[in-house]
Amino acid sequence: MASIFQGVGAATSLSSSTSIDTKKFHFCSRRSRSERKASFVVVRSGGAKVENRIGGRAEQLVTNAVAAKADTPTAATVSKPGHELLLFEALREGLEEEMERDARVCVMGEDVGHYGGSYKVTRGLAEKYGDLRVLDTPIAENSFTGMGIGAAMMGLRPIIEGMNMGFLLLAFNQISNNCGMLHYTSGGQFKIPVVIRGPGGVGRQLGAEHSQRLESYFQSIPGIQMVACSTPYNAKGLMKAAIRSDNPVILFEHVLLYNLKERIPDEEYVLNLEEAEMVRPGEHVTILTYSRMRYHVMQAAKTLVNKGYDPEVIDIRSLKPFDLYTIGNSIKKTHRVLIVEECMRTGGIGASLTAAITENFHDYLDAPIVCLSSQDVPTPYAGTLEEWTVVQPPQIVAAVEQLCR
Amino acid sequence: MASSCLSKSKNFIYNLKFKLYLLNRTSAVTNPLFHPHLRHTISSPSSSPVRKHASYSRVNGFDRWFEPAFVGRRSHSTTSVSSDVSQLPVEPPSQQVLDFPGGKVKFTQKLIFTSNSTEERVHCYRVLDDNGQPFTDAESLEISKELAVKMYTNMVTLELMDTIFYESQRQGRISFYATTTGEEAINIASAAALNDNDFVFPQYREPGVLLWRGFSLQEFANQLFGNKYEYGKGRQMPVHYGSRKHNYITVASTVATQIPHAVGAAYSLKMEKQDSCVITYFGDGGTSTADFHAAMNFAAVMEVPVIFFCRNNGWAISTPVHEQFRSDGVVVKGKAYGVPSIRIDGNDALAIYNAVHEARKMAIKEQTPVLIEALTYRAGHHTTSDDSTRYRSIDEIEKWRGDQNPIKRFRKWIESRGWWNAVAESEYRGSVRKQVAQAIQVAERIEKPPVADMFSDVYDAPPRNLNEQEVFVRKTVKKHRQDYPSDVPL
Repeated sequence: MASIFQGVGAATSLSSSTSIDTKKFHFCSRRSRSERKASFVVVRSGGAKVENRIGGRAEQLVTNAVAAKADTPTAATVSKPGHELLLFEALREGLEEEMERDARVCVMGEDVGHYGGSYKVTRGLAEKYGDLRVLDTPIAENSFTGMGIGAAMMGLRPIIEGMNMGFLLLAFNQISNNCGMLHYTSGGQFKIPVVIRGPGGVGRQLGAEHSQRLESYFQSIPGIQMVACSTPYNAKGLMKAAIRSDNPVILFEHVLLYNLKERIPDEEYVLNLEEAEMVRPGEHVTILTYSRMRYHVMQAAKTLVNKGYDPEVIDIRSLKPFDLYTIGNSIKKTHRVLIVEECMRTGGIGASLTAAITENFHDYLDAPIVCLSSQDVPTPYAGTLEEWTVVQPPQIVAAVEQLCR
Repeated sequence: MASSCLSKSKNFIYNLKFKLYLLNRTSAVTNPLFHPHLRHTISSPSSSPVRKHASYSRVNGFDRWFEPAFVGRRSHSTTSVSSDVSQLPVEPPSQQVLDFPGGKVKFTQKLIFTSNSTEERVHCYRVLDDNGQPFTDAESLEISKELAVKMYTNMVTLELMDTIFYESQRQGRISFYATTTGEEAINIASAAALNDNDFVFPQYREPGVLLWRGFSLQEFANQLFGNKYEYGKGRQMPVHYGSRKHNYITVASTVATQIPHAVGAAYSLKMEKQDSCVITYFGDGGTSTADFHAAMNFAAVMEVPVIFFCRNNGWAISTPVHEQFRSDGVVVKGKAYGVPSIRIDGNDALAIYNAVHEARKMAIKEQTPVLIEALTYRAGHHTTSDDSTRYRSIDEIEKWRGDQNPIKRFRKWIESRGWWNAVAESEYRGSVRKQVAQAIQVAERIEKPPVADMFSDVYDAPPRNLNEQEVFVRKTVKKHRQDYPSDVPL
């Protein structure tokens, strides 16, 4: 059972040391990738190579790989002390700030009202904003998603919560046929600024039906955007960005990450929906990951650094569209790519990413892209079996070693 | 016994079933669900409306009424089928109740199942008879000459529009069309009873609502030809109209997906406390979908101002209503969800006008959903891709195109009022025909939207991959210009 706790171990070790430094306040001049005019402050992630993202811990473990780098104390980038909270609280904070800011923002879903949501993301909101604005719906996902779409066409900005992402399979018709399409088919007359969010991914013995990875099913739908949060900092930032976006956005949260703790800034910030996050700059191999697998990768990174490798870890965050700019720059530097994802082998995000990278950066690759994904099986209930369906850090280490031979 | 027949008590004497048989013969009251005097009972979900007419199990005819007299003969003598739960016996006041979440429930010691049907179907509200003459006791608003003539002329325009556009598809000028033949009264009269700021969530057989609100024939033709002036920018099929300025949501081909949208829109009206309502249209087939049921349920729970307008036209492509559901049509489903409902004659423009007018008032004032089932007939084919004579008799179609034709009936009424005549009719028809033909000719010649519109509006701003794809398409088209349509500008 030791490996089951690896995910948790990564989470708790990170939370206890509060050394996750995902805050970046660099306003790098980047070429604009969209014509959208940002009317709010967007924090752009700068891939600053000189900063050691792992901070103090890596210093102790590092041998030759990191010695070449200058160590900039990460505290210099923090302008204010900030406050500590858990990921689900960060989501709620983002949600609440947006509800405060714009009276059209509303929430609908099962048990989101006085129960506070199955993962407590909406706790306290019904008391504050009323039963109508934080709406408890009967159990009909397709229909309350449809309701949200109808309300959005009239000018509201609903956030539709799926109690578990897997339930949104019932809403597929509304998400694909209406949410994604109506802005287009109406000739731009009606827009659908909904946010569809909920917990997904493989949890701890939740059973096959509650361990789905819907990002692979939704990725083809034209007209929607998909983002996956992984830390309290990016959870809040992405939640706010998703709410402010005029496109329908699906925000993927992970069941096992809700209790991650991090110190986030006091001042308001919104992240860019289409950007990837540089977690750990490196030289030898680019590891692309998202959501919970980021922690498995960082766990593996510790081992890899011990063994002398210098992996560059990027949390892609934006699942649709991919941030090929950040990814491309990284590939041009390292020439080797490893994708670590929780989706199934067939037709997952990794599969699409592999295709996109091969198409665009083939000449920069020194080796074929390696993609580590979950097995193509329904997630078993038994803990040991469940653990084996998901990618574990030793596999990541082995893959990097293989890739960098 | 006679007094008990006519009383408004909802419990009848259990062991006097043969008296219920008598009751069935004598009662002739209208459906109390929509009776104005009882309207106050409708808005509160816990009250139950009064059922006045008796009924008996359809299965064995009225032989079963005499069963209790032969109790000893049957092994299941203690059980019997009662037609309606409201006809349970009157129990003494000391009867225990169960204080259940959702309301108190009385107990009974009788093992009674409610029947799967009632002998008499829910009555249908009608103002004009087959000859277009109003019934003397009809409850109806006074319609002004101006309004009546406007309604009539719009119905005629709709009919002519349908005929000519259908023909243009047959001639190969447009690719697809769906008529509203037989349902013109539903389209126009319901629109006439609404305000312009009431949002409309249509299925695909309600262009008359747009027509009433001022959508021009040219605008219709533009959409059918998908040219650069149409509001949808040429992206959708013909008849998938949508117009923000007319508060008419773009039609989506998916059946009944607009019903939950309508409920969501009504929710937004309630949140913003607007003095308007939402109406959504769907057919008999649409009531089988999951979206319909959940949306009705939601609307009732949330108490939002939405009108559910079901065009029960007898056919869902080739599926007749008998194969669609086994309930007494759609109106009884409203009761199941706690939604006040009414059945109306869908070929009677005045009945439709009155019902929608009243429903709108109710929906807004009492913040409640309302279900209207309009019985009508799909006199045309499902679409241009269908030939309905393959599954239904031509006689049936002809019968409904005859006297039951809503336009004919309404014309008889306005002519009897002296507001219309044959001269005006032929003049009007001639003029509209010319206009429609003109609109088609103009729309046909306008160029199509440019290739850039294929990639815009997928998102608010085109992302990089779409920009790349657009560049790729342009390059390909430029290179092989002769293989691509010439009327789509680059």
